[in-house]
Amino acid sequence: METKTFEDIIESIPDLEKAVKDQKEMLLANLVMMGEIPAPTFGEEERINFLIDRFKEADLQENSIDEVGNGIGILKGDIGDENILVVAHADTVFDDKTDHTIKVLKNMVQGPGVADNSLGLSTVATLPTLLERLGIKLKNNLILMGATRSLGRGNLEGLRSFLSNYDEPIKAGIGLEGVELGRVSHTSIGMKRGEIQCRVPEEYNWSRFGNGSAILTLNEVINKINNIHMPQRPRTSIIMGSISGGSSFNTTALKATLQFEIRSESSEQVQSIHQNFEEIVSEVASKSGDSIELDIFAQREPGGIPYTHPLVRNTRKILNKLDLEPRPGPSTSELSTFIDRDIPAVTLGLTEGDHIHEVNESIKIEPMYKGIAQTIATLKAIDGGYCEEA
Amino acid sequence: MVKKLKKWIKDNTYHHSQFWDLKKMVEAKEKQGLSISLCLPTLNEEKTVGKEIILFKSELQDRYPLIDEIAVIDSGSEDNTLEVAKSFGADVYLADEILPEVESKKGKGENLWKAIYQLNGDIIVYVDADISNIHPRFVYGLVAPLIYDQQIQYVKAFYDRPLAFSGDVRPSGGGRVTEILIRPLFSLYFPELTGIIQPLSGEYAVRREVLEQIHFPIGYGVETSHLIDVYTKFGLDAFAQTDLDQRVHENKSTRALGKMSFGILQTFIKRAKALGIIEKISDFETILRQTQARDDIYEQIELEIVEEERPPMIEIEQYREKFNKVLD
Repeated sequence: METKTFEDIIESIPDLEKAVKDQKEMLLANLVMMGEIPAPTFGEEERINFLIDRFKEADLQENSIDEVGNGIGILKGDIGDENILVVAHADTVFDDKTDHTIKVLKNMVQGPGVADNSLGLSTVATLPTLLERLGIKLKNNLILMGATRSLGRGNLEGLRSFLSNYDEPIKAGIGLEGVELGRVSHTSIGMKRGEIQCRVPEEYNWSRFGNGSAILTLNEVINKINNIHMPQRPRTSIIMGSISGGSSFNTTALKATLQFEIRSESSEQVQSIHQNFEEIVSEVASKSGDSIELDIFAQREPGGIPYTHPLVRNTRKILNKLDLEPRPGPSTSELSTFIDRDIPAVTLGLTEGDHIHEVNESIKIEPMYKGIAQTIATLKAIDGGYCEEA
Repeated sequence: MVKKLKKWIKDNTYHHSQFWDLKKMVEAKEKQGLSISLCLPTLNEEKTVGKEIILFKSELQDRYPLIDEIAVIDSGSEDNTLEVAKSFGADVYLADEILPEVESKKGKGENLWKAIYQLNGDIIVYVDADISNIHPRFVYGLVAPLIYDQQIQYVKAFYDRPLAFSGDVRPSGGGRVTEILIRPLFSLYFPELTGIIQPLSGEYAVRREVLEQIHFPIGYGVETSHLIDVYTKFGLDAFAQTDLDQRVHENKSTRALGKMSFGILQTFIKRAKALGIIEKISDFETILRQTQARDDIYEQIELEIVEEERPPMIEIEQYREKFNKVLD
């Protein structure tokens, strides 16, 4: 597949898709073996070891596990004076007690974490062998990375730490996520992620003012959050992600927790809502006498590369060639770490999926070939120098 | 006998992790000019067969060329088993269409038998198609002893099925039918075979020269008959067994186990009669041999169980006197 111009890359895409399909057993085997290894945030070690084993089997000369547990392999380019980073987060939202058995059915693969993000990580594991089998050689060094501590309280620590310590310049980045195919995220929205935890004392003093249940206290907090004014521009939202508390029908709930994200195109808006949260928490705490804690443990600054940036523009063209409708949009994924460091980057989705973050999470097999062809074509476009601003 | 059995357990019991170096194994296989066929017998296995084929094809054909062919031999599935198997690159055969001049029969043993005719390998490895935690070890763990040791002819799988833990000792059991039926029967008539930890496991690798010489019951008795036939023809040293860690599959109902036991008993009695063992019934063994694992060491526990009997009370003189009874 000789590709001298960007048009050559575009023209080679149908053949590329077919060639990827011919390697489906390898892709799916890596997905199954990777996906059956539990990898909760801060517990990704075994999955990273598997990734490194795959790198070794693909004869990558340089591969290592860094101090935060990231798995890194470098495929040397023919010239090798610049670097392209392809990253997928290694952690999933499922704990190691969940049954991680994966089913491969006629048209789909099903199991906890297959979409987010076993498929992304197994694609990183498969890329060196895939490129070799497809006869694709890059001019630039390709850094392949399984990033740890990405989700929840991990707060993208893996990629942040790598980029803080890596001395060589990185020309561009691609983040891989299992779903949704067509996604071309090129901006990051502002975000703060945290928890509000309400507690009532174990020995409740019924003579005190208050309702005596942490759930009711939390309910009061939620009602007040619901009254916060949300502007239409810049687009802003509060995600009420999860709520938990109490233990049974007939025992007063001593603890209740809300997990949330504040998201906005404007960092001022995020900050303003954060202040609202602090006020709400102290107001409800003073009225109820209960203990309420606001804990913000992850945040992102808004930013990114423009829609017209050659990386985004050419990625859209690649998707069009695959008959896919590109869906540019913001993201709170690894992308924001690239943005913080002024590295042009996109996050791509690899296939279509359902029941995300449920134990029957599933992905379709057939669209996966397009997703991986899109990734390789984008990689070739970056490598060829077609994704840089003049 | 006991010394020989202990030595066999020590020398011929492996763990799959001993064979992690697949590159070395492929080199040894190629040096001997061996070919290996994988047979997956199926009947309505669409939920698990695809995953098995993907893992074996990717890891043991494409990455390390250990297996030369992967074949599904089907008993007439009504679901998508054949379509799924084909789509992931397995050769697919209907048992009824192999050796059509021979009267067709239904059963897993039929598929295993016809595989010998249909497949080309010097070694055939059989793996059940219903394993949900399938891993390449289910194949390389079984073929490795055959590749590395010319004396070994038949390698059987066993798995960890922990029932209870007591300190660092765990009962290393087979399934319920094994512990309740097979191991007591073997303890009585074939004590050396009690060293085989899971005689009924559906995963084993065998040399063609052995397979072509033994009978194949088409139903539940196939594994039991293999062990007895290979033992009587080639002796205990022809066997090896490999620990494959855990195997996850659907548990069978007690009623299904009853059916299975009935089939196995028929096979066992046929063989016992043919070998003239039943006639010698008065001198059977009274030691029940079970196994347990202590760390990685498998050892036998011997329990003396003598089923003594009392005569009918009427034969006791004191009884007759007390109740004023007479013997007829």
